[in-house]
Amino acid sequence: MTAPNHNWRKFKNAFMQTLAFVCAILVAVPLVLVFYHLIKEGFTSINWAFFTQLQKPVGESGGGMANAIVGTFVLLAQAALIGVPVGVLGGVFLSEYGGTKLNWWIRFAADILNGVPSITWGIVVWALLVVPLTAPFRGTVKSVDAAEHLVTVQTPAGDTQEFKADANTRLKLNGKGQLDSLNQGTDVMIWYRQGNDNTLLADSISPSGLWGIFIATIIKWHNSVSGFSALAGGVVLGLMMIPLVMRTTEEVLQLVPGGYREAALALGIAKWKTIVQIVIRTALKGIVTGVMLALARVAGETAPLLFTALGNQNWTHSLAEPIAAMPLQIFAYAISPYDDWHRQAWAGALVLLLLVLSINIMVRFLTRDRFQPKI
Amino acid sequence: MPDSPNQMPKAAPDARSANSPALTVRHLSVFFGKSAAVKNVSLDITRHAVTAIIGPSGCGKSTFLRALNRMHELNPEARMEGEIHLFGDDIYSRTVESVTVRRRVGMVFQKSNPFPTMSIVENVTVGLRLNGVRERKILAERTEQSLRMAALWDEVKDRLNAPAISLSGGQQQRLCIARALAVQPEVLLMDEPASALDPLATAKIEDLIVSLKKDYTIVIVTHNMQQAARASDFTAFFYLGELVEFGPTAKIFTSPAQKRTEDYVTGRFG
Repeated sequence: MTAPNHNWRKFKNAFMQTLAFVCAILVAVPLVLVFYHLIKEGFTSINWAFFTQLQKPVGESGGGMANAIVGTFVLLAQAALIGVPVGVLGGVFLSEYGGTKLNWWIRFAADILNGVPSITWGIVVWALLVVPLTAPFRGTVKSVDAAEHLVTVQTPAGDTQEFKADANTRLKLNGKGQLDSLNQGTDVMIWYRQGNDNTLLADSISPSGLWGIFIATIIKWHNSVSGFSALAGGVVLGLMMIPLVMRTTEEVLQLVPGGYREAALALGIAKWKTIVQIVIRTALKGIVTGVMLALARVAGETAPLLFTALGNQNWTHSLAEPIAAMPLQIFAYAISPYDDWHRQAWAGALVLLLLVLSINIMVRFLTRDRFQPKI
Repeated sequence: MPDSPNQMPKAAPDARSANSPALTVRHLSVFFGKSAAVKNVSLDITRHAVTAIIGPSGCGKSTFLRALNRMHELNPEARMEGEIHLFGDDIYSRTVESVTVRRRVGMVFQKSNPFPTMSIVENVTVGLRLNGVRERKILAERTEQSLRMAALWDEVKDRLNAPAISLSGGQQQRLCIARALAVQPEVLLMDEPASALDPLATAKIEDLIVSLKKDYTIVIVTHNMQQAARASDFTAFFYLGELVEFGPTAKIFTSPAQKRTEDYVTGRFG
């Protein structure tokens, strides 16, 4: 029997292998390109001032984005405060408790939320936390004239403004609805319209803290009439983290062998103690990994911050004020017409990438422990 | 069904008297969904003795064992009928929590499962610590006592703080036995405790089982008939969820009353 000619088959094999290899290499090309450009354009602008100074006015070179770097960490801290407890406990529920039907729906919802475009998250939080806190006028009550239905309010700048509050004015004052229950010194937000005789008619008067104890304690009354705030930025990033953390937590808890749960329960250990002390402890590194990857993911988000945290050229002194964040600052600098700012944008992008990269490397390092089940 | 009236006395008036059984099982059936895994089983587990449960795969012996400390309840499909009394106490009474039952009836599993995040000593004391025992002295005493009973003390006494998973497979299984003993259960259930071990480690576990019966009542599920013959005092043969025969081990292995038992123990099926 003569040996058949395998050349055509060998050629097809080699061709397909090469094609697959080239495609695999193509995956790495963007990463290399991104690094190359960022280092080439941004590295020279990274210096001590970049991490310690605020931006300089146009025309002056130098300066930095210290406020944006701090702002990003402030936003991430808030996001973690919201996203980690809710996400982890939600994941615990999905993995350890619950009827299968309900779990299916929760899982389904989480997966949909994971696919929601980030700008949509931004719009939702903008509508919930920015718009309601956007008042045409904010100030402190200076005096109340109940007989004349007049409220005099002082702005932080020291100007006073008089508003007429008649029977049509909605007074959201702890449910009392009486003008004389408006105390001097209360921080208020006022929606108003122009009356006929140049008086300002108040449509509604609300204390700044009406939107719940949570916001009331955190949102300190502030100078701006906008509702943009660091808090809203933190909330949007935190909400984005919840489904991410929840699903990864569930997955790593499912990887904990059932034998450990059985062993603990057979010792007469209560279920919640088994979950906390045995199951979560065994999967802790996997959970931490999930949390850090979620943080890395939201650290670079720009769109949802555009209309929540807004950005800030200065330091932020309260969570109720707009706050700078690295992605926002990079965006603002990149679309500006100034070369100095362009260089800062490159440097910012490089620092942001290094931040995300270092989180990923930390995750690799954490998950290396050989005494842990492979998670 | 047990053939000798001696094996199934009427519930003793004083369940705590010295000769009363540790566990009395009456008309126990366990269902998963619609199918019955254990069908109408009644038997007595003698105290300070080793009772072996044998039978082919799927005969319900593991399910029966897990019903003895309510571990089958982890499966939401599972449902039981009948009664089980532990030294006279109804373990399925509405007022009894499964946690309480499991503290009195400990369990060792087929696959050794020491907690990987804990050291040797932490594994031994975990049942005590998570049930609120904090006194160092008690924990140290129980650690040594349990490890000695599990014949592991001499091998690990110098490295109590080493990770539990640094031990060999046989040592890990004995550690799991020590962990179960540390909470001082009244009955110890073992679900094929040596089936994943080599012959040497298996021999150690068997010696251990025999030595433990002076302090504990032991129920062991095993696939290994030699093991049942060597280590147990009583043997129950299960087939298709039913208890075919129950009696002293010597009798089951030498002159079984039932044809099916004889076929199984002589290796003709199963």
